Amino acid sequence: MAKNQEFYWRRLHSLLGVIPIGLFVIMHLVINNFATRGEEAYNGATHFMESLPFLIFLEVFVIYLPILFHAVYGIYIAFTAKNNTSRFGYFRNWMFKLQRWTGVITLIFIAWHVWETRIAKAFGAEVNFDMMENILSSPFMFAFYVIGIIAAIFHFANGLWSFMVSWGITVTPRSQVIATYFTIAVFVILSYIGVSTLFAFV
Amino acid sequence: MAENKVRFIITRQDTPDSTPYEEEFVLDYRPGMNVISALMEIRRNPVNAKGEKTTPISWDMNCLEEVCGACSMVINGKPRQSCSALVDQLEQPIRLAPMATFPIIRDLQVDRSRMFDSLKRVKAWIPIDGTYDLGPGPRMPERKRQWAYELSKCMTCGVCLEACPNVNSKSDFIGPAPLSQVRLFNAHPTGEMNRAERLEAIMGDGGLANCGNSQNCVQSCPKGIPLTTSIAALNRDTSIQAFKNFFGSDQV
Ligand code: SF4
Ligand code: FES
Repeated sequence: MAKNQEFYWRRLHSLLGVIPIGLFVIMHLVINNFATRGEEAYNGATHFMESLPFLIFLEVFVIYLPILFHAVYGIYIAFTAKNNTSRFGYFRNWMFKLQRWTGVITLIFIAWHVWETRIAKAFGAEVNFDMMENILSSPFMFAFYVIGIIAAIFHFANGLWSFMVSWGITVTPRSQVIATYFTIAVFVILSYIGVSTLFAFV
Repeated sequence: MAENKVRFIITRQDTPDSTPYEEEFVLDYRPGMNVISALMEIRRNPVNAKGEKTTPISWDMNCLEEVCGACSMVINGKPRQSCSALVDQLEQPIRLAPMATFPIIRDLQVDRSRMFDSLKRVKAWIPIDGTYDLGPGPRMPERKRQWAYELSKCMTCGVCLEACPNVNSKSDFIGPAPLSQVRLFNAHPTGEMNRAERLEAIMGDGGLANCGNSQNCVQSCPKGIPLTTSIAALNRDTSIQAFKNFFGSDQV
């Protein structure tokens, strides 16, 4: 990489995590929650999303490319850290470590999830309620989805906290504490939405 | 262990590249003793707990009153100054180890040069020399001076670098201390004239953006410097600086 570009890569990494990836995650979780209203509602919502005009461009520029960059650069960041929570067991240090772990878990989850749904679709499978019901009927996959979704939501919520620090929005310790409470609320609410969706399939 | 004995387990290393090993020492307790006085005791009589004669321990010190930062080491797992580490307040056996984030010279003595190099890199000074008398600079409001004094207490001790998970052999992060110094010198009415230069220096590789917000530094700094507030404030300043640099501005 060219010299002295790191600042901009890091800022881009932080920005992409919230816009568009974070926004996409919220939308994805909320729309899938239609499953709690029954098979028909879910299939209707999925169908609407699939029939958006210019879908492939939206997918590539709003989802795939940002996630790809965020993942590749994120792995680099995760592996340049030397975690030391055993010596410094402070709350933020734990969040720092969990942010890196959940990032890796989320990446594994997303890779599998995309393979099983979007790539399967490209090969002719239909993404609908039945497909998810099928996947989630295995207790192992159900657990994998619960862990993957919670890891992704944690990574987003805590990443939102770091985003606000990294861009210089929350500067004072007090604003950072309030941001902690706010992002905990984001984590709890989105986790509820995500997990209740999963239970709608079993 | 008898009440009037003090037990030390010290991580030693003979040369910069040799393998570290532990050596144990048992000393007579003296009221008010601290880690440095214990190390001096060992130096006077370098005999380990097994009764074998050994070499005196190497360590760094200068002020002996927690203002120079030279005597930092890892004491019972936490990096801190050995001159202010009172034996009475430490759990025994007292474990001493060098701050291994830095190159080890010998035993507990490390080379903190990288910190001084970083201070040069970020221009942590106020240029006041000219080819003619520049006259008095602008005055600093008293309230601001008191605030800046807190930041100026940094003694380049290295504790915050030792505590930071992102300062390690895999990364070239300069660490919290020099960043906070940029905030200090940028706050000075004369230093402010070179504000952009310092911000651009920390926007370089290994600079500010390497902070991962573990916030260990602010928990560990013996001088209570608000390092994470400084970092967040600099994040804001560099956001604005990057905007100015890219979109253009009449102000440098
Ligand atoms: S900021 Fe604090 S911990 Fe870091 S070098 Fe300065 S005095 Fe030491
Ligand atoms: S000798 Fe100066 S800080 Fe300990």
